[in-house]
Amino acid sequence: MPRFSSLHDAIATNIKDGDTVAMEGFTHLIPHAAGHEVIRQGRKHLTLVRMTPDLIYDQLIGMGCADKIIFSWGGNPGVGSLHRLRDAIEAGWPNKLAIEEHSHSAMANAYEAGAANLPFAVLRGYIGADLPKVNPNIKSVTCPYTGEKLATVPAIRPDVTVIHALRADKAGNVMLEGILGVQKQAVLAAKRAIVTVEEVVDDFGPRNLNATILPAWTLSAVCVVPGGAHPSYAQGYYKRDNAYYKAWDAIARDRDGFLAWMKTNVLESGPEAFAPHAQRLAAAE
Amino acid sequence: MAEYTSNEMMTIAAARALRNEDVCFVGIGAPSAASNLARLTHAPDITLIYESGTIATKPTVLPLSIGDGELCDTALTTVAVPEMFRYWLQGGRVTVGFLGGAQIDKYANLNTTVVGPYDKPKVRLPGGGGAPEIATNCGEIFIIMSQGKRSFVDKLDFITSLGFGEGGDHRERLGVKTKGPTKLVTDLCVFEPDATTKEMTVVTIHPGVTREQIDANTGWKVRYADKVGETPAPTAKELEELRALHARTAKAHGDQA
Repeated sequence: MPRFSSLHDAIATNIKDGDTVAMEGFTHLIPHAAGHEVIRQGRKHLTLVRMTPDLIYDQLIGMGCADKIIFSWGGNPGVGSLHRLRDAIEAGWPNKLAIEEHSHSAMANAYEAGAANLPFAVLRGYIGADLPKVNPNIKSVTCPYTGEKLATVPAIRPDVTVIHALRADKAGNVMLEGILGVQKQAVLAAKRAIVTVEEVVDDFGPRNLNATILPAWTLSAVCVVPGGAHPSYAQGYYKRDNAYYKAWDAIARDRDGFLAWMKTNVLESGPEAFAPHAQRLAAAE
Repeated sequence: MAEYTSNEMMTIAAARALRNEDVCFVGIGAPSAASNLARLTHAPDITLIYESGTIATKPTVLPLSIGDGELCDTALTTVAVPEMFRYWLQGGRVTVGFLGGAQIDKYANLNTTVVGPYDKPKVRLPGGGGAPEIATNCGEIFIIMSQGKRSFVDKLDFITSLGFGEGGDHRERLGVKTKGPTKLVTDLCVFEPDATTKEMTVVTIHPGVTREQIDANTGWKVRYADKVGETPAPTAKELEELRALHARTAKAHGDQA
């Protein structure tokens, strides 16, 4: 059964140095507060898995938490580069970063294969593309029925998946609505799962009979962190902080400016810093 | 005639390529502006799909990311990302994929991955995202890109997504059954593939643009169709809708500061 716990304890208990960690959320519900906590606790040598590294992995990579990244699109959406990711790949700062690069389709399929307890995923993909030349994990299989050659990628099986959900009930079941990304697959593919939520409710009340709910017994820890997805967003709670995403470009562009920002806003801060962001954005609507 | 920028001309020419009955897989940025302009003008029933899983979305402002809440709020339904790529894209439900890119070659192969060697990049670009499978699983592909010597190159450092490969019947030889890039709209002109060689060929030139300008902004020797027309200038209605869309978008994104 999941334990409601502090974010600090959830990370300390479940994420170890050297783990393969997936922090998912496709633009929506990115678990930024949990990412900050991993940085504060000084985790090292992580293999970070995420379709879109986004600001959350730009921060973890820039702070030297990762040895390797598995990803499929590494930009700041609508803005430009992730400068810390680029600096790590291009110049090896703050450390050399190994990359395993896929397409979105392959990553989504790989999470689904992981959740389905299969060793690999199969897709009609990568045709005529160069990624298979630089990523030895992209292979192929011949369909035993039609003879068609199809691409394969290994299933993603993280040690730990971390997601942010809208709310939990008192029993520790959690609900997601809106853009669902690959979170359900990523949780069910992982050995352990940590979920941060906006709030805890007595029960979920009247709802769509097919609502996306992860039962408590699939989760290792549930942490209440209002605003924990900021500057990403939580459907029905607060909007995406697009201005913040734009501002990140300048913050992350140089190493010293980045480190100074991280010191003030992450190392010397805590999960409680997220709620005011959410309140400000909700009030602006 | 109204004044307009070359960027507006590009977006409007690209929007016109979409049909009311299309199901369009929309890339972020310029493709998103063009697709929504089509919806707001001549193609009100077009189905716009974003890779975040939003199907038949009708945003009132352009999203900054592929998954802004606006897309979900205004969608007919939103599915999980694996379903989006498996059932809808790979399932063959999408008639047009609308892409942009950092670099393109004359066979409309695209590079959004890296400039320089892959393991020692001069510039590391974001990567493929959905593009490798969009390029081969959609019925056809439209591409929108500003022209310049650094982006329209003779040889790509990396093929992120397949256009016509080495030209001719290369797609067919790779087992791809979809049409590939049937239209490339730039800020100067519109290209379509030659029927046999599949080289992207200029079919219309935007008003006021010269062949010299096109040649000077292309890294290969440009081919022109036997009959090259002039792209119709933007109408007042097209300009009005596009500018209103951008104004709403700027206000929405700025208001959150």
